[in-house]
Amino acid sequence: MSEFMLEMKGITKEFPGVKALDGVTLQVRPGTVHALMGENGAGKSTLMKCLFGIYKPDDGEIVLNGQKAEINNSSDALKLGVSMIHQELHPVPFRNVMENIWLGRFPMQGWGPLRFVDHKKMYKDTEELFKQLDIDLNPETIVGKLSVSKIQSIEIAKAVSFNSQIIVMDEPTSSLTSVEVEHLFRIINDLKKRGVSIIYISHKMEEILRISDDVTIMRDGKKIGTWPAAEMTTDLIISKMVGRDLTQRFPDRHNVPNGVILKVDKLTSSNPKSFKDVSFELRKGEILGVGGLVGAQRTELIEALFGLREIQSGTISIGGKEVKIRSAGEAKKHGLALLTEERRTTGIFPVLSVHENGAIANMSRYVTSIGLLNDRKKKAEVNQMVEKLRTKTPSPKTLIMNLSGGNQQKVLLARWLLTEPDILLLDEPTRGIDVGAKYEIYSIIADLAQQGKSIIMISSEMPELLGMSDRVMVMSEGRLTGIVDGDKATEEEIMRLAAQH
Amino acid sequence: MNTKKLQSFVSENAIYIVLAVLLIGIAVYEPSFIGLNTLRDILIQSSTRVIIALGVAFILITGGTDLSAGRMVGLTAVVSASMLQEVDYARRFFPNLPELPMFVPVLIAIAVGLLFGLINGVIVAKFKVPPFIATLGTMVAIYGINSLYFDTDPNQSQPIGGLRSDFTNLLGSGSIGKGDFSIPYIVIIAIVVCAIVWVMFNKTRLGKNMYAIGGNEQAAKVSGINVSKNLILIYSIAGALYGLAGVMEAARTGGATNNYGNMYELDAIAACVVGGVSTTGGIGTVPGIMAGVLIFTVINYGLTFVGVGPYWQQIIKGAIIVAAVAFDMRKYANKK
Repeated sequence: MSEFMLEMKGITKEFPGVKALDGVTLQVRPGTVHALMGENGAGKSTLMKCLFGIYKPDDGEIVLNGQKAEINNSSDALKLGVSMIHQELHPVPFRNVMENIWLGRFPMQGWGPLRFVDHKKMYKDTEELFKQLDIDLNPETIVGKLSVSKIQSIEIAKAVSFNSQIIVMDEPTSSLTSVEVEHLFRIINDLKKRGVSIIYISHKMEEILRISDDVTIMRDGKKIGTWPAAEMTTDLIISKMVGRDLTQRFPDRHNVPNGVILKVDKLTSSNPKSFKDVSFELRKGEILGVGGLVGAQRTELIEALFGLREIQSGTISIGGKEVKIRSAGEAKKHGLALLTEERRTTGIFPVLSVHENGAIANMSRYVTSIGLLNDRKKKAEVNQMVEKLRTKTPSPKTLIMNLSGGNQQKVLLARWLLTEPDILLLDEPTRGIDVGAKYEIYSIIADLAQQGKSIIMISSEMPELLGMSDRVMVMSEGRLTGIVDGDKATEEEIMRLAAQH
Repeated sequence: MNTKKLQSFVSENAIYIVLAVLLIGIAVYEPSFIGLNTLRDILIQSSTRVIIALGVAFILITGGTDLSAGRMVGLTAVVSASMLQEVDYARRFFPNLPELPMFVPVLIAIAVGLLFGLINGVIVAKFKVPPFIATLGTMVAIYGINSLYFDTDPNQSQPIGGLRSDFTNLLGSGSIGKGDFSIPYIVIIAIVVCAIVWVMFNKTRLGKNMYAIGGNEQAAKVSGINVSKNLILIYSIAGALYGLAGVMEAARTGGATNNYGNMYELDAIAACVVGGVSTTGGIGTVPGIMAGVLIFTVINYGLTFVGVGPYWQQIIKGAIIVAAVAFDMRKYANKK
């Protein structure tokens, strides 16, 4: 066996106008977790796409286990023992677990034209696979009904079933609860023992330091270096990623909460499995964090506040007056704005321009007396807001799908700030966004609070929750289990409240 | 212009280049093709089609589709023709109907189109039936309704003829000016409709909402857009456009039967798609749709002019539809 399981040497890839990769070398030792880090746009995903033959590098070579490899598409990669767990999973939702795992290579029985899928063998193989990996799942469950973490374990099982020697995991914990993360880490340790190498892409420093053996950091399409994880600290990684010292992960906040603006009383969802009896108050100029595990119904609660989900009982009062909100349009009229958790499915309009994406929630403001839109005013206001949030875009006419996640998020923030809301509901506002952009989003949030806007921010990242919130409200299984002070609260306290039910 | 710029120019303007190449090719092969008469004929033949195509485009851009367009054209052609026959014509649909002001039957026909568009919209927006199925249903049903109407006493499924000359003149064969330099009324109507639709697409909330709904319906909902209301409105507008097209079709041909408009929706969808409208929604422009319609008319008219048989024309049309979409797909795949 050679020293490295995988060597990517001097990989260079140019796109019109940008050098996405500039002579990048990546060396992964067998049986290790190799963290690949860098801001969005640093070239991590491009490098991985080169590994999978999705992109053809302009220069450089890939050596697998000492042998030069020719990878032209992802099925080549799979055959050579390289698989990937994508950040966004794409299972076939209407089929069951085992069919998803063995898709395209079902075990067959019979002869000649009478060859049929051998369901029994498939079931047995799946069961065995799950036993090896300590996954507790019925192979015949329909995948669409499963949680993200379960679907992810299916993907991992699938990678293992291919006898993969290298598994790339792209932000695997971004939608997992801490219990699920522990399970994932156990599986990863198991895989390591079998000599599997894992390339682990994540923005979460704590995780990286805990799980990885080596860390490679990239910036602007170049490799900055590879270090043993034991020698790294969070601050060191961040400073190498952004190329400057980040002394603070969170901005100073100068907001002064006073007076109640939103009062929620015994709010209960029409869905019996969702939130129940939730009561809380939000003050003007306050950042109220919402913590909890996946399944705590936090998203459901704020979507109900925004009129997207039905409420069975309970009341919502804004500025002392009870309001009924039945649609996003009505919510908007009451001064609410919602940044959803799923940027792609419920946020952006991928084929529309940055400009149109920014303007869409605010069209009523641009209608002139004859019913047409005032283009000049629209362009000016949207462009100004997009610039104010320091969004990086080649032009306002660029399609939003061509921007990075952080910049897309800024456009969405601009969209809602243009409606001049009093209350902003932010659902995981920094998910999938790189460190530098995260800090910018935090600064924007802190600024808004200082201007007297009230903010409810759902977050699954403890440091973010504690670092940004005036108070943290914790939910567990649809119930509010406690509200703690942001400055005094500890992670342990929040975890205890989050796991109460 | 360097190669890269040229490449992007070609891919952004492919449809117009194809149209120009077609015209030049035919003109070189048969120089007598060049002339104001040819131009006029092509524009006349494109007039009704572009109005139907614009109606379909509204719906395609929301991410839907409309199979009932052609049958709606047929129904509104029959409705308008039935009320616009000469008073002294022998076989009148309504023997005792007095001579109405022309705009009354025209507006009734457009209203009928709007009504059925509204029904499509309600089925799609409120009952959440996929547009393909919803309009497949109304396509079949509207033909039934049209045939029932067409079969009433005393008409009993006879082709409706003897249309009033003021009607066939204004919405059919008439034109402003004289001789070579005359401009047919229906071409003017079509251009006005194109202009109005362009304004709706680009300068109104409805237009922005249409692109947003087609671009990402969920995000549109979260952004506070009343998706159902907008969809119902859009399907209704499309229906009204089919209504207008039906009236013009009756006037242009001087009559109507229940089989009018059969399969027009497919021509309209093809023209939209060739003109760059995305069938998955969110993309499409009025100039593109106009060019798409013109391409098909030029193929019909020009290839007939140079003596290419109708069967070959079908093959060429089919190839162009597939090639246009394949080319478009490549454009987006490249951007990945």
